[in-house]
Amino acid sequence: MTESRVESDAVRIRDLDVTFATDGGDVHAVRDVSLQVRRREVLAIVGESGSGKTVTAKTILRLLPETALTSGAVVLDGTDVLRVSGQRMRELRGTDVAMVFQEPSTALNPVFPVGWQIAEGLRAHARISRAQARTRAVDILRRVGIPDPETRVNYYPHQFSGGQKQRVVIAMALVLNPSVIVADEPTTALDVTVQAEILDLLRRCRDEFGAAVVLITHNMGVVADLADRVSVMYEGRVVETAPVEELFSAPREEYTRRLLAAVPRLTLAAKPAPVGQARRTGGEAIVAAHGLVIEYPGRLAQKAFRAVDDVDFDINAGEVLGLVGESGSGKSTIGRAIAGLTRVTDGSLAVFGTELRGAGERRLRPLRRDIGFVFQDPATSFNPLFTIAQAIAEPLLVHGAASGAAAARGRVDELLEQVQLPGAFGDRFPHELSGGQRQRASLARALALDPKLLIADEPTSALDVSVQARVLELFAELQQRLGFACLFITHDLAVVDQVAHRVVVLHRGRIAEQGPTPEVLGAPRDPDTRRLLASLPVPDPREQAARRAARLAAESRRP
Amino acid sequence: MSTTIEVPPVSPPAVPRGRRRNRPSGLLLYLLVRALLIIPTVFILVTLVFFLMRSTGDPITAALGGRLPADQLQERIREAGYDRPLLVQYVDYLGQIARGDFGRSLSDGRSIGEIVVTFGGATLELAVYALLVAFVVGVPLGMLAAKLRDRWPDATLRVLAILAYATPVFFAGLLLKLVFSVWLNVLPVAGRASTRVQIQFDSMPNPTGIYLIDAIRLGDGNAIGDVLWHAILPGLALGLLTAGIFLRLVRTNMIDTLGRDYIDAARSRGVGEFRLTRTHAWRPALIPIITVIGLQIALLLGGAVLTETTFEWRGLGFQIAQYLQARDFVAVQGMVVVLAIIVAVTNFVVDVIAALIDPRVRY
Amino acid sequence: MSAADPLAPPRVRGWKRLPVVRQLRQSVGLQRGMLVTGLVITGLFLLTALLAPFLAPYGYAQLQGADGRNFGAQVPPSAAHPLGTTVGGFDVLSRVIWGAQTALGAIVVAVLLSIVVGVLLGLVSGYFGGWLDRILVVVADAIYAFPTLLLAIVAAIVISGGQSSLGGGILAAAISITVVFIPQYLRVVRSEVVRVKSEAFVESARVIGSSSVRIMVRHVLRNSIRTLPLIITLNASEAILTLAGLGFLGFGIQPTKAAEWGYDLNKSVSDVAAGIWWTSVFPGVAIVLVVLGVTLVGESLNDLSDPRLRSRRRARRAAPAVATEPAP
Repeated sequence: MTESRVESDAVRIRDLDVTFATDGGDVHAVRDVSLQVRRREVLAIVGESGSGKTVTAKTILRLLPETALTSGAVVLDGTDVLRVSGQRMRELRGTDVAMVFQEPSTALNPVFPVGWQIAEGLRAHARISRAQARTRAVDILRRVGIPDPETRVNYYPHQFSGGQKQRVVIAMALVLNPSVIVADEPTTALDVTVQAEILDLLRRCRDEFGAAVVLITHNMGVVADLADRVSVMYEGRVVETAPVEELFSAPREEYTRRLLAAVPRLTLAAKPAPVGQARRTGGEAIVAAHGLVIEYPGRLAQKAFRAVDDVDFDINAGEVLGLVGESGSGKSTIGRAIAGLTRVTDGSLAVFGTELRGAGERRLRPLRRDIGFVFQDPATSFNPLFTIAQAIAEPLLVHGAASGAAAARGRVDELLEQVQLPGAFGDRFPHELSGGQRQRASLARALALDPKLLIADEPTSALDVSVQARVLELFAELQQRLGFACLFITHDLAVVDQVAHRVVVLHRGRIAEQGPTPEVLGAPRDPDTRRLLASLPVPDPREQAARRAARLAAESRRP
Repeated sequence: MSTTIEVPPVSPPAVPRGRRRNRPSGLLLYLLVRALLIIPTVFILVTLVFFLMRSTGDPITAALGGRLPADQLQERIREAGYDRPLLVQYVDYLGQIARGDFGRSLSDGRSIGEIVVTFGGATLELAVYALLVAFVVGVPLGMLAAKLRDRWPDATLRVLAILAYATPVFFAGLLLKLVFSVWLNVLPVAGRASTRVQIQFDSMPNPTGIYLIDAIRLGDGNAIGDVLWHAILPGLALGLLTAGIFLRLVRTNMIDTLGRDYIDAARSRGVGEFRLTRTHAWRPALIPIITVIGLQIALLLGGAVLTETTFEWRGLGFQIAQYLQARDFVAVQGMVVVLAIIVAVTNFVVDVIAALIDPRVRY
Repeated sequence: MSAADPLAPPRVRGWKRLPVVRQLRQSVGLQRGMLVTGLVITGLFLLTALLAPFLAPYGYAQLQGADGRNFGAQVPPSAAHPLGTTVGGFDVLSRVIWGAQTALGAIVVAVLLSIVVGVLLGLVSGYFGGWLDRILVVVADAIYAFPTLLLAIVAAIVISGGQSSLGGGILAAAISITVVFIPQYLRVVRSEVVRVKSEAFVESARVIGSSSVRIMVRHVLRNSIRTLPLIITLNASEAILTLAGLGFLGFGIQPTKAAEWGYDLNKSVSDVAAGIWWTSVFPGVAIVLVVLGVTLVGESLNDLSDPRLRSRRRARRAAPAVATEPAP
């Protein structure tokens, strides 16, 4: 059946227009978009937030909320899904087009076994016995790489790990052999090593199951790894569509060029030596951790959870130390411990020469004057009831550097200027700023008291890549100029390569490797670091293909 | 009348959720902790009630003050031990309760245990009828309102639900009586059975006090009909109030689950809208719903006091009102403590049910 | 998520940021209808309560007209008594109007008292955690799970002194209700505080070195009481129902002290069997209307404060069949 339709396109979108009603008035999310998805190809739709890529993709399944108004045509196997009846649409969903969601933990119903959930898709389209449904569920779970599917078919979603959940979600999409799979940021919620596995699986969807894949992503590395063709969207329009190699090697449009330029890459260039105070040999480090252990107490009869285990590192004056690792590696915990937000369980952690183990609030307070903190999520790190100026003035008031909000205003304007925000932004409330602007303001607040140490906990991971590039640039410039030491926590190896003098790689609470950035990332000695690096997709299709081959070869060598 | 629209569900405390796989001991531990939690709950309420009631003086003065000469009054107070220090009385009272002795009424001399056994059946019967009405009316309509939210059927149902809540159960009772018993004259005004059937029950050996069961045991069709006939209005009055609450509860929780990703995920595989609502959204919504329903048991009992008074339905609530009138605070205190235990145990059972249907707790 | 992020909402200042006003401006369609209806009913109730002395034809305890003759008991509605008289010989219309004043007084006192105590306890309990928190939560949960009416009865017995005089007045009734409400405020405020406490902006204040008191007052408290307008409306309606329930059981306010709808309903139970409807219907309808109005406001506020429950305007063009998934 698939063969007879090879000629035609799997999906053809013509002149699609989508408008949403929101509190702030109508939002024209998609404007005049036309796209084709060929059979057995991966079409990546890339763009930054608000570009309309997810909306375009959801239109293919007609899954938009009621507030959306669409016009144009989305033709799926000769049927315009915008015009068919609800009953016909239901028949198309699952059999002709299926979807893979961003967050596997929310895309699975928590109270039903996964086998039942797979069977629901089968039952929606054909009368099928319980035993048959189970057989097919076991079969599809095996094909997406779930070990021991006969047992696991009866498991509930919370009994799977994040990567396995995404495999189950993909299994549900594949079980009816759809001709198109829409994958909406399928790897964004996953760690980079798991991401590589899921990308391999999506590639098999195309190669083994013969499905076309519409891949929605903001990650250029993922695009380079998986896509055959790429459409770039910006402000609701398709800016450029090209085969993947052409897009990366010879982007036609200015926007595409800017987008590609903003993507951080591993360059492995040596950084200029730490600035400010020259590294005094034998001088006291800003932060010194020795045999550091941090545990979270368990509840009731359970054992405590050891988040950080026997960790040694130093941060010297004027130095940027990158702290990288996957989720659960303990990297944020270390940052929080240095800021006095989490207690040290064992070992030693000295900040500015003061031991934090067993330190009370009284001993911590004078240290806090010299520590700035930039949080990951710019949306929640500001008190929604304070203006930006009030928030930035807060450290000045608390430490007596200013007598009142009005007196602090001069310094606040200076700080805003430093992070390249107009002074008038001081009178705005946090929700009136964009994510990037908020993160600059957050930086301004952290620098208000000229700290000797800045802790930045994934400061750019919630931002779009072009915004991230500007924030990182600003950060590097300020660090050069002001010479503060910095602990830069991130999961992104390319970002750490860009900003850090030295890097510490964490794996499950222990240090896998540490050293100067170019050394660790250029010639990793530790297998975990190597695996982490090999899994990182680079934004270059040719290079990525070679890396993937090398990674798969290395994996097949391992038992 | 305790109703908040969205009661924050009591999350199973200290449940090892999520990460821990295949540890049935997690569930056992939860059940154990939850069962032990009954004790402090009851203890707190007993303490509260005891000291509140005693802060005004002793119950004998309250009941008979002014009607007996002062020396006789003192004599009786001394006999009952109310002249001892309050703390001694309190410890004594706790000991009594631990032995299952809830005291003895001042006005008619019956023990609280006896009163509960005699009249508990009636209250249980009323509560079951009301819950039946509430489930049959509230749950499907709540699902319908969630599915059609913000359209006119939803708006209508919501206003009806608020009306059900806004109408005090005794006023609803009075209106129902006025219409069906007085004006249309089709249903009895009050009571649980007509005199003839009542006599049959009174002469029965080992009555359960639950008239429907007793009538079935009598094997008398007329008696069964008579009993049900009398239950219609009280059951409706209390049931509709509860139905309004169920409707809103089901609606809110269903709107929440209907908006989840997994519903869109099931929809994207072609699952029909009816099945999405009926199964995919309903089951996850059921867990918070059951937990909150547990808390509504308290409301139901409070409502039962008023309903029983309105319809002269001789259950625990009617008795409490009687003892209140008689200023028999020993009886009131005893019955309040018994109700506290009933509520605590019911909540425990409900929480256990909620935990059992939640696979995240079970596994 | 690249779905249409709502543009930054327009900047709104001054009175338009006030609760209720803001939600009214936000609301559309049926939700606006419910909110407006609720506000109108609540407004009428407030006016009636405040203007009772001018609106009511007679006093609440008045048994005789200006001519010195008794009104008579259970007189059907007539020109002199548009809603008839009660079994006790009071004018029903006057007692319904004066009853609004009693209800309002009880609501205001009960809500104010329980907010002050409940918010304070909730803040301390949620912010500091530890043993105090656990004890408060267990106590609050125990009380919360208990029939509030019974508890209010116990409180009423205490407050009215356990002596033969039952006329505790509005204050006594309000305090009985307060006892029941404090745990509810504690629970709600505490859970908000716990939520707010873990937000990054509070951690950020800790990193800056702000003192606990400063964090509690400036950051946590103000962000934790945003749901208060909602709880207040809900508890206001509960306060009326509890007051009426107490009155109905004979633990309310004596007719000579104030007019109370629950008491009047209690006295009308026997009238109903005799087909005398006016003594019960009017005070009952008054309760229903007030609770309905206040609850409509509360439900609407609840919907509007929760983005998942808030309905939005549809895009302007009339939606053709292609616009959305038709519901079955």
